[in-house]
Amino acid sequence: MGGHRLPACDPQTKKLDNNMSKEFTIRINGRDIPAQEGETVLDVARRSDIYIPALCHLKGLSPVGACRLCLVEVKGVSRLVPSCTTYVHEGLDVITDSEGIQKCRMVILQLLFSERNHTCSVCVSNGHCELQAIAENLGMNYVRYPYRFPALKVDASHEKYAIDHNRCVLCTRCVRVCKEVEGAHTLEIIGRGVHSLVLADLDGLWGESQTCTGCGKCVQVCPTGALFEKGKAVGQMKKRNEFLPYLMSMRSLNR
Amino acid sequence: MRKIRLATVWLDGCSGCHMSLLDVDERIIEFANRIEVLYSPLVDRKEFPDSVDLTLVEGAIASDEDLHRIHLIRERSKVLVALGDCAVTGNISGMRNSYPVNAVLQRAYAENAGTRNGLPQRGLPVLLQRCRPLHEVVPVDLHVPGCPPRADLIYAVLKAILEGHLPQNIHTRFG
Repeated sequence: MGGHRLPACDPQTKKLDNNMSKEFTIRINGRDIPAQEGETVLDVARRSDIYIPALCHLKGLSPVGACRLCLVEVKGVSRLVPSCTTYVHEGLDVITDSEGIQKCRMVILQLLFSERNHTCSVCVSNGHCELQAIAENLGMNYVRYPYRFPALKVDASHEKYAIDHNRCVLCTRCVRVCKEVEGAHTLEIIGRGVHSLVLADLDGLWGESQTCTGCGKCVQVCPTGALFEKGKAVGQMKKRNEFLPYLMSMRSLNR
Repeated sequence: MRKIRLATVWLDGCSGCHMSLLDVDERIIEFANRIEVLYSPLVDRKEFPDSVDLTLVEGAIASDEDLHRIHLIRERSKVLVALGDCAVTGNISGMRNSYPVNAVLQRAYAENAGTRNGLPQRGLPVLLQRCRPLHEVVPVDLHVPGCPPRADLIYAVLKAILEGHLPQNIHTRFG
């Protein structure tokens, strides 16, 4: 390793490890909670046991506000804002669970389900899927929008892993972990809107990728069964993303 | 007290939801004096009755026959429950929807056929272009997802309906 490393910066909190951060009190659902400069509303809520659903957010990866499930109300702001990209400041007053927010989240969740082919019963991640768990937590019993049933491919060309685009929610966790943590940037979103796909090396087969190191971080951070280890049957794909907080803490120590 | 007239229907599904209904086990005795099963794959009646209080429907709408039946069932049922993922989402029955019907039939009856290959010519219901969940075709009063829905959940739903109310918050998951 070279000796020119910059001070470690947590991409989640954008905070340098120099213990200079300011502290203040914010209000969530009428409750006063201490917060530190550089934290997001979602960070504070999560460590205060306030449930906010989120798919694209993962501690240790840069926040993107892609899935929109973590929308909250901020006093003085007329629209809903994603709590994963809203940084705390003095006097911040947040509501996380109003009727309006619940309605909005339900629409977003149902659109996610109707967009691709999420057949939970035959999915490798059945029972361990974050999308499935959010639907359960929010009490989604059916999808009122017509399902699109797009014809999407499965790329199983990689030796160890496969990607099933039918189950992808385009959260970009895999893209970010590959770029920010592994440093390979093999995966990227190709196409626009509903036609977007996560593909290796711009538009190639994953198994033929020149840049993929085969580390499997993308598989472990994927919230659904879109990325999975080959050879897993229904319900067997349990993701293990504990490596991420460990790597981040090592980085913050400059090791 | 008048018994609740119950029907259960098996459309495009695997009968797993009916199996889960039977997994209610001895608790079904509690219902024996309260429910009269008028029509079901579990009883011998051939025609759907003129009027029932509660119908549990397993399976999606996949063929012209399913479509005909579900309209009749809706018309004759006071309360219609979509039981299980196929009825609620299309589920496995709906996985064919990404491909044209002809390609699906070709795959099943020609490419993968062992002995007598060839598309069925007569005697089978005609597949719809798309296999659809119930609520896309008729109004549904209650959705009970799960593949299959847990027996405990089916028990709780039946119990609530017998007590005179449709459960509002069903805690379960797809799959």
